[in-house]
Amino acid sequence: MTTRDTPRLELTGITKRFPGVLANDHVGFAVQPGEIHALLGENGAGKSTLVKMIYGIMQPDAGEIRWNGQPITVASPKAARRLGIGMVFQHFSLFEAMTVLENIALGMDAKIPARELEAKILDVMKHYGLKLEPRRIVSTLSVGERQRIEIVRALLLNPKLLIMDEPTSVLTPQEVDQLFVVLRKLAAEGCSILYISHKLHEIKALCDTATILRGGKLVDTCNPKVETSRSMAEKMIGGSLKDIQRQPGVQFGAEKLVISDLSIPAAGHFGTALKGIGFTVHAGEIFGIAGVAGNGQNDLLLALSGEVLSARPEAVTVDGKPIGLHAAKARRLFGMATVPEERNGHAAVPVFSLADNAILTARDRLGLAKSGMIRAGAAWTYADEVIEAFAVKATGPQAMAESLSGGNLQKYIMGREILQKPAVLVVSQPTWGVDAGAAAAIHQALVDLAAKGSAIVVISQDLDELLALCDTLAVINEGRLSKPMQVAGADIEEIGLLMGGIHGDAQATAAAKEALVHAH
Amino acid sequence: MSIDFIIAAFITVVGLTTPILLAGLGELVVEKSGVLNLGVEGMMLIGAVCGFALTYTYGFDYPGIAPWGGILAAAAGGALSALLFGFLVLELNSNQVATGLALAIFGTGLSSLIGQGFTGMIITPFGSIFPDALATGRYSQVIFGYSPLVYFALAMVPAVHWFLNRTRAGLILRAVGENDLSAHSIGYSVKQVRYAAIAFGGAMAGIGGAYFSMVITPMWAEKMTAGRGWIALALVVFAGWRTGRLLAGAFFFGVLMTLELYAKASGFSLVPSEVWAAMPYLMTVVALTLISRRETAGGNAPACLGKPFLPTA
Repeated sequence: MTTRDTPRLELTGITKRFPGVLANDHVGFAVQPGEIHALLGENGAGKSTLVKMIYGIMQPDAGEIRWNGQPITVASPKAARRLGIGMVFQHFSLFEAMTVLENIALGMDAKIPARELEAKILDVMKHYGLKLEPRRIVSTLSVGERQRIEIVRALLLNPKLLIMDEPTSVLTPQEVDQLFVVLRKLAAEGCSILYISHKLHEIKALCDTATILRGGKLVDTCNPKVETSRSMAEKMIGGSLKDIQRQPGVQFGAEKLVISDLSIPAAGHFGTALKGIGFTVHAGEIFGIAGVAGNGQNDLLLALSGEVLSARPEAVTVDGKPIGLHAAKARRLFGMATVPEERNGHAAVPVFSLADNAILTARDRLGLAKSGMIRAGAAWTYADEVIEAFAVKATGPQAMAESLSGGNLQKYIMGREILQKPAVLVVSQPTWGVDAGAAAAIHQALVDLAAKGSAIVVISQDLDELLALCDTLAVINEGRLSKPMQVAGADIEEIGLLMGGIHGDAQATAAAKEALVHAH
Repeated sequence: MSIDFIIAAFITVVGLTTPILLAGLGELVVEKSGVLNLGVEGMMLIGAVCGFALTYTYGFDYPGIAPWGGILAAAAGGALSALLFGFLVLELNSNQVATGLALAIFGTGLSSLIGQGFTGMIITPFGSIFPDALATGRYSQVIFGYSPLVYFALAMVPAVHWFLNRTRAGLILRAVGENDLSAHSIGYSVKQVRYAAIAFGGAMAGIGGAYFSMVITPMWAEKMTAGRGWIALALVVFAGWRTGRLLAGAFFFGVLMTLELYAKASGFSLVPSEVWAAMPYLMTVVALTLISRRETAGGNAPACLGKPFLPTA
């Protein structure tokens, strides 16, 4: 520890107990002025609880918060803002139907006339290079632009400490770079930043110090520039990290899933139209679909699962059989299984037992229902088998789906589909909100299934996941799919540009890259 | 068609427009805050009987101020019954559609109960307060010949528009209706805002109801609002939650209802007068269907309309 000025924020012995859980157990660390401090941990490690106490949303049961050396209690978010603590939440609290200006005005405690506020906003945006149009309606903005609203809102209060909760989880790589420029500039001006994330390479690139939490306890405070991503990950999960085991030199087999010119009009107000989507997945191949949320991923999943039918039977073929006009049940019989993004309510019925949930998708392929009657015994055995094979933490096949944690339910749902030995498996966001241990297990299961000759499609917003898992990768943007590329030779910059909406042709991509280089 | 006939027809249209405009403006504010109160009909009836009862009781002793007191009583009656609805949906999180329907039925019954002793009584209509020369002149009556409530209703159109779009309180109200959880997390009291909006909506419905018992037919009769509350609800949807269109829509309904009266009175009509009578209710069914389809219909509908507010933290 260097003897610098008094820390901007210092926590000692912070403890918070919820019924049945010790969310924070004597956590303490200090953030210096102008420091970018990472708060690192898995889901449920207690990061959110901790920052909620700093921001005044909750009160600690024990422990002390010191602000510039003075012990304080932060009674409310308003009090936090008065002290100079700003926060940008992971889930934005924005009003879709209102303008950028109105949204920012709503977040201000002081009553400032609209014209004055607009001038101030333009000031802040210019100073930090945050591009936004104050009169635009929020629903027309991209996720990155929405985040900028939240950042501008926080910056208008001249914060001395800015808390960022998983800010990059929905951004393209270019947007992440732009965000980092802003954060570095802020830190250089003396604002401390508390940066919550589980993306280790970002923390290595951005942060000066990292505090690692596990199970509510402080594990370590370290320098991320010195640590490796692997060593921090192991501290985070409290064990050694398993790499994905692949059999070397696997050759792809025959074409399993062929999608050709799949176009579907937008469903309702918030859907995205699919425009001429085409790709081929071979036996043994894992095909990744990257993209920023809301670019047609959900619509594509529905079109593949059979919840939305195609216009032509040939738009979707499995093993050469056209099934574009078949609904979900029939597609399952042809060997096509899908796992949607939403676990509770779409992939599983929350108030059904695990055994009953098994019947819902496996009844035909495994004969869990015969001549209209449920074979409860067979369903029970199958559910038990899934729980066993995928190390699902549950009291047994009778457990309600909603009683499982997100990671465990996801493991169960993936297991339920994988043990049916589908010819084609389509999964959306397989590890969304799942802790690192469960995510590794799910990744391994997908790789193993592919090795046995299934074709797999993974739709994910997590580019790191796709790069680690897939053989082939394509990017979806506004309902169009880019040309597939080999992951082995993929260019992150190019993927990022595709995610941001620069399409297909090499010339435009090269031009955009050129512009980017000049901008730096 | 003589000029006198056109003037008379226009005055009738304005008279029929006013109560649904008042109730519609109130409901617009309520819905903008994210609450769907289907009990407008009940609140109008309670307003009608409260306004009449007070005016009748004090009308002989204080003829000058009794009608004004009646309007206040109508507003208070409407607001109180609305707050009962507010308590149920905001504190107990009851279903807004079911509770609103219950309020409509409850209001009908309660107004009959309160009005028992007043059936058949007559008061002086709460008419124009301008000098007779202006109020009854052949042409000047088009401008000056109305009850103060008409001018009040017309003044409330720009007032509500200004409040919703130009004031901070209006911004907060719209924010609460757009995304209650976000508004809550920023630190606004969703319940307070909604209580205030619901009370305002009830007061406006009450005044709209009093227009029947104090201006149109200056007497109390059971169910005298004859379904105008439902029309006001439909109006808000047809207007796309915009004040200007609400005024236009109310006038349009006013014309429809005048045609109905004309058809009944003259016995001449292309379609049976019952079809005219049924028109507003058909419109209501269409409007309620549109409300439930608002996600696909899009537009200006508040995103939280009719949904219970259930904060997690």
